[in-house]
Order: sequence, then C-alpha cells, then structure tokens
Amino acid sequence: MANPSAVCNGHLHHHHHQKQNNLLKSGIYKKNGITKGAKKNGVSNGTLYKKTFIEHFEQAPMYVAVLTFLGFGVGTIFGYLRDFMRACGLEKRHIAAEREEQKDFVPLYQDFENFYTRNLYMRIRDNWNRPICSVPGPQFDLMERVTDDYNWTFRFTGRTIKNVINMGSYNYLGFAETDVNALKTVTRELQKYGTGVCSTRQEMGTLDKHVELEQLVAKFLGVEDAMVFGMGFATNSMNIPALVGKGCLILSDELNHTSLVLGARLSGATIRIFKHNNMQSLEKLLREAIIYGQPRSRRAWRKIIILVEGIYSMEGSIVRLPELVSLKKKYKAYLYLDEAHSIGAVGATGRGVVEYFGMSPDDVDVLMGTFTKSFGAAGGYIAGKKDLVDFLRTHSHSAVYATSMCPAVAEQIIRAMKCLMGLDGTTQGLQRVRQLGKNTRYFRRRLHEMGFIIYGNDDSPVVPLLLYMPGKIGAFARRMLQKNIGVVVVGFPATPITESRARFCVSAAHTREMLDTVLNALDELGDFLRLKYSRYSKSSHPELYEETRLELED
Amino acid sequence: MDIKSMKYYLYWLFCQFELITCSYLMEPWEKVLFYTFNIALLLTVLYTAYIFVSGHVSSALQFFWHLFGNQHENTVSVVK
Repeated sequence: MANPSAVCNGHLHHHHHQKQNNLLKSGIYKKNGITKGAKKNGVSNGTLYKKTFIEHFEQAPMYVAVLTFLGFGVGTIFGYLRDFMRACGLEKRHIAAEREEQKDFVPLYQDFENFYTRNLYMRIRDNWNRPICSVPGPQFDLMERVTDDYNWTFRFTGRTIKNVINMGSYNYLGFAETDVNALKTVTRELQKYGTGVCSTRQEMGTLDKHVELEQLVAKFLGVEDAMVFGMGFATNSMNIPALVGKGCLILSDELNHTSLVLGARLSGATIRIFKHNNMQSLEKLLREAIIYGQPRSRRAWRKIIILVEGIYSMEGSIVRLPELVSLKKKYKAYLYLDEAHSIGAVGATGRGVVEYFGMSPDDVDVLMGTFTKSFGAAGGYIAGKKDLVDFLRTHSHSAVYATSMCPAVAEQIIRAMKCLMGLDGTTQGLQRVRQLGKNTRYFRRRLHEMGFIIYGNDDSPVVPLLLYMPGKIGAFARRMLQKNIGVVVVGFPATPITESRARFCVSAAHTREMLDTVLNALDELGDFLRLKYSRYSKSSHPELYEETRLELED
Repeated sequence: MDIKSMKYYLYWLFCQFELITCSYLMEPWEKVLFYTFNIALLLTVLYTAYIFVSGHVSSALQFFWHLFGNQHENTVSVVK
C-alpha cells in the first residue's frame, strides 16, 4: 500500500499528516511549489469518510476499577445486613408486601431480585425524578424536596429553586421555549383544534395537521414519504414487529435503546448482537448468516435487518454509517436507523447523521426519529420510500390502535422544522444548529483539557463524563445541585457496573457564560472529588499536542 | 495558617475515604458500625505488627548472618 506522504522529490516528508491515519482521504500536497495529485491507490477506507472520525473511549487506571468493586462490595455487605434486620423484624419494611391473609400464598413480590434497588439505589434516590416546575429551557426551576427517612418518602417544602442551569434536558436546538412570538401559531392551532384527538389514526384521528406534518418531514429529510406517531418509544416498539417476523434475522448493536430491543423481541425474529459500532463483528455475523442460513432448516433468511442508532445516548458515539451502508449493499441487508438523538443535532443543516457523513437518504431503508429531543415536542416518525410508509399505515400497531398526535404538538413540530429549513424567512434555524456545534466543541474541548474522561465522538452533543465509583454518583449530583446546576447521573443497570457516569446534554440555548459557569463548577468539583482520571490531558499549548491526539477505534 | 490547610487536607482525605468505601451513603448508625469495625481491624493489625515483627526481623537477620560466614563464632572457636 503506497504511503503518499513518505518520500517526494527525494525529500522525506515529515508528515504532520501521520496523525490522521488511514481514515482521512489523501489530499493534495504542495511541495516546493509543485502540487502532487491525489493518488488512486492510496489508503484503505480513505475515501469513505470525508472528515476525521475521532472517538474517545479511554480506560481509567486499574486502581479505579479495584476501588469501584470495593465500594460495591461494602454496599452489598451492608445490603445483606439491612435485609437480615428487615427479615428479623428489627427494622420496618418499606417495600411492597402482601397482606396478612395472603402470606400463605405463592409470593407475589420477588424480594431478592430488587436487592440492588432496595439497598443501593434507595440511598441516592433523591437525585432522580426531581420534579421541575417551569419549561425545561437552558435554565429551569426545581421544586425543593426533603426526606425524613433516608429517601423512602419525600415531602415538598413549598419552595422552588430558581434558575438552575439545565445540563440534563434533551433540548439540543433550544426549541423548548415560552416566548410568545415563537408560539403564536401553536396558540392559534390550540384554540382552533383543542387538545384531544379522541381517535386513532385509522378511524377518525387523521387531521390535516398530520398530513401537513408528514409532508414537511418527508421534505426535510429528502425522502418520498413519512409517517408520524404520538410517542417515540412506541414508534420503535410497535413498528419493528410490523416489518419483521419469524424467519427473519435482526442484527442489533450491543448498546441499542430499550425501545429497539423491545420491538425486536416482540417481532419474534431471531436476534443476534454485534459489538458496539464494530463493523468487523457485524461483517462476521452477516457472513455467517448468509452462509449457514436459519438454525435448523438451513434455509436462507427471509430478511436480514440491521438496527442501529444515530447517536448512542449513553456513550455519545456516532454510528459508522459509510462502512455500514457499504456492508449492507454488499450483503443485501436492510438498515433501520434510529435518529432519536441525532436528528437536528448533527449535520451541517441539522438533518442528522445521513447529512453528517455526506450520504444520500436513499442509502438507508428505514429512517426513524423522534421529535422529543431537538424539536421540543413529543412523538416519532418513520420515513423512507412511499411503499414502506403505505405498508406501515395499515400494518403497524401504533398506526392502527394508538391515539394520534395532538394538533398543537404537531404545529410546534411544524414551526420548528420550518425554522430549521429556513421556510419562515429567517436564518434562525441555521444559527441554532451552528450554535449547538460551537457549544459542543467548546464544552468537549474544555473538559478534555481539564483532564476528565469523556466518552464519544467529538461532534456529539451528548457528553458522558465518567464517575466510576458508586459513592461519587450521589456526591456529584448533590453538590452540583448545591451550585445550582442540574445534571443527570446514571448508574448500574443502565451502564456497565464499573462505568457510572454523568451525562451532559449541550443545548444551542446555552450561552457561553452558562457553559463557563458549569465548567468552573466541574473544575472545582473534579478537584474535590478526584474525578480527573485522564492520563492524556492537554496542556495550554494545543499545537504541541497534535501528534499525541489519540484516535481510538476498534 | 498551616494548621488550617493541614486540617482541610485531612478533612479532604476523610471525604475521599468516605466516597470510595460508600460510607458517604450510609445512615449514621451504619457509619458507626463500619468505622468501629475498620478501626478495630487496624488496631489488631498494628498490635500484631508490634509484637511479632521485631521478633521475625531479628531472627531473619540472624539467619542471614549465619549464611554469610559467621566470623563471630569462628574466631571464638579458633582461640579455644
């Protein structure tokens, strides 16, 4: 394989291109005034990715894993102690239990399986389900809650904590707003249609608003047709069973969302899992599927469908779409792309990962997305070829039985989408997308410089910050709230046991001052709680560190 | 001034201990139990070290002297 930057005109190129390895397409190098043309037989996969794809999944030092297990061990021992005391009657039981008359029956509540919930989650439960009492914009108001019996019950003091900086809401483009001018059309539609639809799509629930919305979504994405549903989770779980059935094969990513997993299981197809974002693992599974066919009869599979997400919300990683599409074309499989977090958030004009990689939407068979995250509304859509969408209109459970979307919500999506596309006559949509990109890059860069371990792609607005130890989860969330910043922390069942994290969602509505406040608080807290585990933190001279910038890929 | 930063440093170390061993999450009586157990363990280890380590170290030293030629006893026997 010729190395285009090795020797040219007898002079050895001391490549500062070496750091960008075979993922960058070979460019045109100028040397001594002579332009060298781009070579054809250059680097492998060099032309699939038009810009660098950098993802970080740094591992913490070994002592961190040891201490995490130590923490869980102590928690487990005390869990057993408390369970023993509850069984003996030394302590009052707070969890659900059968009535006295039913004590001889087969047990209704599985005691041991909730061990983790009872003994570890309950201790730090005050960091979740916090009720908010304002619009979840860049700042919001929280209702203050206190507990008298260590988080088993809460009571409200009646006060509200005002202007807490919101780093947890999925408000990527900042459309969750209460500005009267922005919501003029929504108020008008609310007064025209009311709030309830009182029917399903198939019976009498298809309003002209839905038709308008579907046409707009299709135009936005650049596909033939689209269909909208009232709930994003239900879009996945109710439509996958309509597309695949027994005798089909589903290849699903390791870290797919619960809605995709539920839909896959409901369909009755065979499910095989490939490693997260790992194209070699996927290719191996595809080859095996085609060579060996169905398990016992060895017949060919009726359909092979690959389920992936655009941005994975727990990791912040972006799917490797170009390689995926080339694999799917080679092995003739179908691709189902769930763009819940990526629609509106990535791409030059906010049209999702398909635009981010510069590909055409015809390459993806089923484009799915939600309106909850970037559009400030609720609901989901499925888009693609007209035949596909027409099929789903009659065969999908959600289309036939679920209540259709409220017209005021539909109008909110219409106005947000028109703003994004520029159809309302302003450039506000494009400005929001650019602002989100700037905020994301700034936030991630500063966090890297401070020395935290951050997962995910440099362009993804979801930023998971690793905490690792169970004791630090509660401490982090509580102290951030004391500093008036609201964060979301995630622990064991949703993430691997050693990798608990805090997940930040950057928004276009965050100003530079808000981000600076958050970053300063993180700096202080990182020093106090010892969270800066990264061994690759940058210094204040970014030029010197170009060589050591790490690109970790499987 | 130094005492203040020293005290803050000790408090910070204690916080780290609390976070790592999850005693930050425990109710007060559980903390008392946990710390009592830890301190008892630490005291036992120190006490055992105090009693036995000096004995073990001196017998190990004697063993090594034996190995590397015991000039002390040799000279005594020659004189005899």
